[in-house]
Amino acid sequence: MKHPRVPRLALFLWALACCLLLAGCQHHEALPFKLTRISGHMPDLQFRLTDDNGKTVTADDYRGKVVLLYFGYTHCPDVCPLTLAHLHVVMQQLGKQADDVRILFVSVDPTRDTPQALHEYVRAFDKHTVGLTGSAGAIEALTKRYRAAFSREPSGKDGNYEVSHSSAIYVFDRDGHARVLSTPITPQADLVHDLKLLLDSGD
Amino acid sequence: MKRRAILLAGLLVAGLAHADAGVPVTASHAWIRVLPGNLPAGAYVVLHNDGAKPLALTGADTAAYGEAMLHESSSTGGVSRMRTIDALPIPAHGTRTLAPGGYHLMLMDAKHPVHPGAKIRITLKFDDGSTLPVDFLARPASALSDKD
Ligand SMILES: [Cu+2]
Repeated sequence: MKHPRVPRLALFLWALACCLLLAGCQHHEALPFKLTRISGHMPDLQFRLTDDNGKTVTADDYRGKVVLLYFGYTHCPDVCPLTLAHLHVVMQQLGKQADDVRILFVSVDPTRDTPQALHEYVRAFDKHTVGLTGSAGAIEALTKRYRAAFSREPSGKDGNYEVSHSSAIYVFDRDGHARVLSTPITPQADLVHDLKLLLDSGD
Repeated sequence: MKRRAILLAGLLVAGLAHADAGVPVTASHAWIRVLPGNLPAGAYVVLHNDGAKPLALTGADTAAYGEAMLHESSSTGGVSRMRTIDALPIPAHGTRTLAPGGYHLMLMDAKHPVHPGAKIRITLKFDDGSTLPVDFLARPASALSDKD
């Protein structure tokens, strides 16, 4: 009758060890985010593109900053400006901490979105916004990396076209790890909440 | 001769009255989000149909832009897209809102640079043939409504 005691204790210790191990591994998951978590579901931030000053940049240039990644294009008159205007409000609510955040606006229309065109565009919203463009291949690779498909759709006369694109805003921590997903309809307060967690935790 | 003149005057008055009271629609909160360069802009407005019959907005004309198109944005399944619509119904005694992220007028090819603060006259067209001139306030890119 004493026999089952030992395994039970062993089992308990084993379970405890597992919990501790899991907690260690899932250290990232400990933050009480309000938005959809994407840790482990989306790869780390990685790209090589041209910024709106015409400079070649990589994800490493933004290490140390909390990054908001959004795909769009400047000829988008409605949803893209709305999203960037919302993000501007979010940045204002972060106050001084906004300096540690970068909004990366990646063009899914590199044909029309030159660095110069992007420069004027992003400046019209928030000063912490960087416009990124590049070869069609580089843009496609980045959208595929985050399963953010886009497609060109002809509209109206004069060869004008619209681009259907992902509405997601991917949030990365200071180390470039994907953490949460925001959308244009996410309440601003929730995004502010999660950005503050990432800015304060330093993890 | 005199009778004909009276008839003519009567017709003229009738015509004027029709032009005046033709649209039972009132517009409010009309604004345009101005983007840098000559990028297309979105125009937004709240339309109220005071009439007893449903009406539909079918388009718009403005001297300030080369083209004004009626559009709807949607973000379903995580994808943002935009489509052209032919008519936007406004129910009898009802309201229809054109707002960012949904219905809007897409203004293309500005004839002159439009700066925030400017008033842009846009004539709205309805399915019964009537029109309604509305002054839209040009607002900066980061604006979220007609006021701060
Ligand atoms: Cu549109």
